[in-house]
Amino acid sequence: MSELLSLAESVVDRAAPGESVEVYVARGHETEIRAFDGGIESLASATSAGIGIRVLLEGGGEGAAGRAGGPAGGAAQVGNRVGFAWAGSLDPEVVEATLADARDNAAYATPDPAAVLAVPDGVPPAHLDLWDPSLAATPTQAKVELALALERQVRSADPRIRQVDSADYGDAGTEVAIASTTGVRATTRRTSVYVSVSAIAGEGTDTQTGSGFSVGRTIGDLDPDRAAADAVERAVRMLGAGKARSGRTTVVFDPRVVSTILSVVSSAFSGEAVVKGRSWCAGRVGELVAAPGIDLVDDPTDPRAYGAATVDAEGLACRRNVLVADGVLQGFLFDTVSARRAGKAATGSAVRGGFSGTPGAGCRALLLQPGTKGPAEILAEVGDGLYVQSVTGVHSGVNPVSGDFSVGAEGLVIRGGALAEPVREVTVASTLQRMLASVLHVGSDVEWLPGIAAGQTLAVADLQLSGT
Amino acid sequence: MPSQRPPDQAPAGGAPLIEGDVLERVLSAALVPGAEMAEVFCEDRQTSGVVLDDGRIEELSSGRERGAGIRVVVGETTGFAHTADLSERGLLEAVEAAASVAREGGARVRVAPLEARRAASHRSDVLPSDVAKPVKLELLTRADDAARSTGAAVSQVQAAYGDSRRRILVARSDGVHAEDDQVRTRFNVVCVAAGDTGMQTGYESVARTVGFEVFEESDVAELARVAAARALSKLSARPAPSGELPVVLAGGSGGILFHEACGHGLEADHIVKDASVYVGRVGEMVASPLVTLVDDGTVAGEWGNFAIDDEGRPAGRNVLIDHGVLTDYLWDWLRARKEGRASSGNGRRQSYQHLPMVRMTNTFLLAGEEDPDEIVAQTPHGVYVAKLGGGQVNTATGDFVFGTTEAYLIEGGRITEPLRDANLIGNGPEVLRRIDAVGTDFAMTPGTCGKDGQSVPVGCGQATLRVTGVTVGGTAA
Repeated sequence: MSELLSLAESVVDRAAPGESVEVYVARGHETEIRAFDGGIESLASATSAGIGIRVLLEGGGEGAAGRAGGPAGGAAQVGNRVGFAWAGSLDPEVVEATLADARDNAAYATPDPAAVLAVPDGVPPAHLDLWDPSLAATPTQAKVELALALERQVRSADPRIRQVDSADYGDAGTEVAIASTTGVRATTRRTSVYVSVSAIAGEGTDTQTGSGFSVGRTIGDLDPDRAAADAVERAVRMLGAGKARSGRTTVVFDPRVVSTILSVVSSAFSGEAVVKGRSWCAGRVGELVAAPGIDLVDDPTDPRAYGAATVDAEGLACRRNVLVADGVLQGFLFDTVSARRAGKAATGSAVRGGFSGTPGAGCRALLLQPGTKGPAEILAEVGDGLYVQSVTGVHSGVNPVSGDFSVGAEGLVIRGGALAEPVREVTVASTLQRMLASVLHVGSDVEWLPGIAAGQTLAVADLQLSGT
Repeated sequence: MPSQRPPDQAPAGGAPLIEGDVLERVLSAALVPGAEMAEVFCEDRQTSGVVLDDGRIEELSSGRERGAGIRVVVGETTGFAHTADLSERGLLEAVEAAASVAREGGARVRVAPLEARRAASHRSDVLPSDVAKPVKLELLTRADDAARSTGAAVSQVQAAYGDSRRRILVARSDGVHAEDDQVRTRFNVVCVAAGDTGMQTGYESVARTVGFEVFEESDVAELARVAAARALSKLSARPAPSGELPVVLAGGSGGILFHEACGHGLEADHIVKDASVYVGRVGEMVASPLVTLVDDGTVAGEWGNFAIDDEGRPAGRNVLIDHGVLTDYLWDWLRARKEGRASSGNGRRQSYQHLPMVRMTNTFLLAGEEDPDEIVAQTPHGVYVAKLGGGQVNTATGDFVFGTTEAYLIEGGRITEPLRDANLIGNGPEVLRRIDAVGTDFAMTPGTCGKDGQSVPVGCGQATLRVTGVTVGGTAA
């Protein structure tokens, strides 16, 4: 860790007068094992490292600056010009070239008064234990055995399971250091471990699929039994599925689906989307954006969250941000640039896609505050509707800007307050805005799923089901 | 059209990524007892990009990644490791990790002599790295101006330019030793339009496996106007219908239909695991007789084009469905070897940090004979899809979805009102049988295909076609 920070600092120290520099250095190790048909199909193990450098040139442009050929010539504008470069190596000569590239890129950007680096704001990072030192020392054979056992368990669980197309074990350890000329000095590290399995059930000519997984920060956190049982149950209970009649219906979403939907909803709470006019929540702070009683919080300091983190992607402390309280929009998540543009303070919500990406504002650990009812109670209350166990086409059928929502769905009919026959090849559709306003029940069964949002059973009224 | 360099001309890439004698020593070390095949995949990728957003040149970026992935295959098991250290020592360390899966006791196989073949799909007249940055910036500001002048309701524009140069080298113990130099250039625009009904988005892109000369054929201002018009038209759009309807897909609207309805299901990794609805169906009618589907990595300049795949195999043209009859699957080396056949040139990987797997290249339906306008005119009621977004498929069940980003109602044989975005859902073999008209107006579109966590550039193509019934997932009853 300390050598990563030293490396970052050594680059920061090379900032020229009139320059601000931010350096993000990451190093990781990962293992991926796939079991198939009683053996190991593949075993991959690797270490990688890289660096991302942002250079800000102070003051309005001379020479190359500004919108080339555009109406606003460079010299009249004030603000900083930002350039970025990255490399998948920490070799000194590569780092040197990367700094030079970032510097050269900066000369061509539009001067922007909001383009500033993060400045430490005095908020102390939470004390979180996100690193399992024993992971790297765990023999590969033990990890191989986990994948093999998972595959065996699913194959033998039910005679209708006719294939396990993959049973995977994976782990990763990532260390990050961030330093800047504005005083940021931050390090963070985390480990993550998962098992996942994909099963195919068959009966006659009918084929259905189901998947299960378990995630954690240590091998001890994993629950392979649950992953296996999930994959088997989800595949087997879909056997015999047919299409359903089109019509309006109440939908009860599985926790995994809710996590996916919340991840899409979350882009409306990004301060970056707000200041750039891409959020349907812009200008609505203080208004009802969800059903009364709905509370939505992004809290990366909650150690149970998969996305838990001590510092954000600019090195500021992560913190708890309330987005929606009793259905009323409270505010947005800001990185430093979007905060400056909105006239707000950064909320420690910068995210980036590793060393090759630049920071933006986003969620890490969204949680819909749980209600008091479990899944069975919710089904009983709903009475009749559709239970959706998985969705497809979220990237092609959900538009986070307009809110239009249309996804492929499979699941089970809810009849008389209980799960009945399986349904496939249908879609459910609404808008994200209408769905948030139409939440009937929020389950108590919170699951801390991989990704940026937890999930629990959720009942939403009045979606359009499209089938036959 | 750019002139093309003869294929035997060496790329302008300079020295080989790794010297031949180093490769032979590394492969010898990797071919541990019991190993059937060892492979070094070396990649040097340089990218640059510029993003204009909110009226500002917001970000110029450049990136470089260079490293090697080592694969050792022992029986049914593949060991893999990668390194960013291309020295002989770095490579041997990765070999050690990759070969650790090898079981003891097998017979030692000899490394076949390597004969270098520098294939060079390098068809770049103007290397993007030779183009001055202000020239790239000017493309973005021109697109921004064009989009904003399309209509007062255009409230936001993001334009992005990107290029990449990817030099790869594949050396294998079975004697394959090939290099390629792949240059790709892309440009895309996303517009937001705001009105009384909220906001809508429009997207358009160009992406080609060529250099900066792509902008001689493609006008970024026109591209921006198309994206803006797409967003604007949806401001007055009504909700898409719900239920099963005839659907007409415009020529070049995406071709994602075939990518999802059967492309993925014909990838041999799904086939050998009995995880596809197309298992065991070669020789059978699996589609309408109007369907002849081809996957072709050799189409010069298309987004899924290359000279060699990421296992060193030359790109191929493979007919998958011939007049409705399933003729073959797509193969990489690993899955082809099980069947005792050759790879079809479809072994691809996102980067040196990934294992290769079976992937599509440019997948397209051959054009038919009908007048596209007639296909619409002969559709009394349905949905006309002018532009598709992405999609997703479950290869084991065949159920797939694909999304619209520009669609209209068809009423009385005429294209009428615009519709809001929605997904369509169908089952691959069923939908393929329901294609009852294919037009003459063939066009390709670029896309990014994701599979098992890896993204690769692909092309999709089709002419105007009609499916007699597919479920449209809108909200209008």
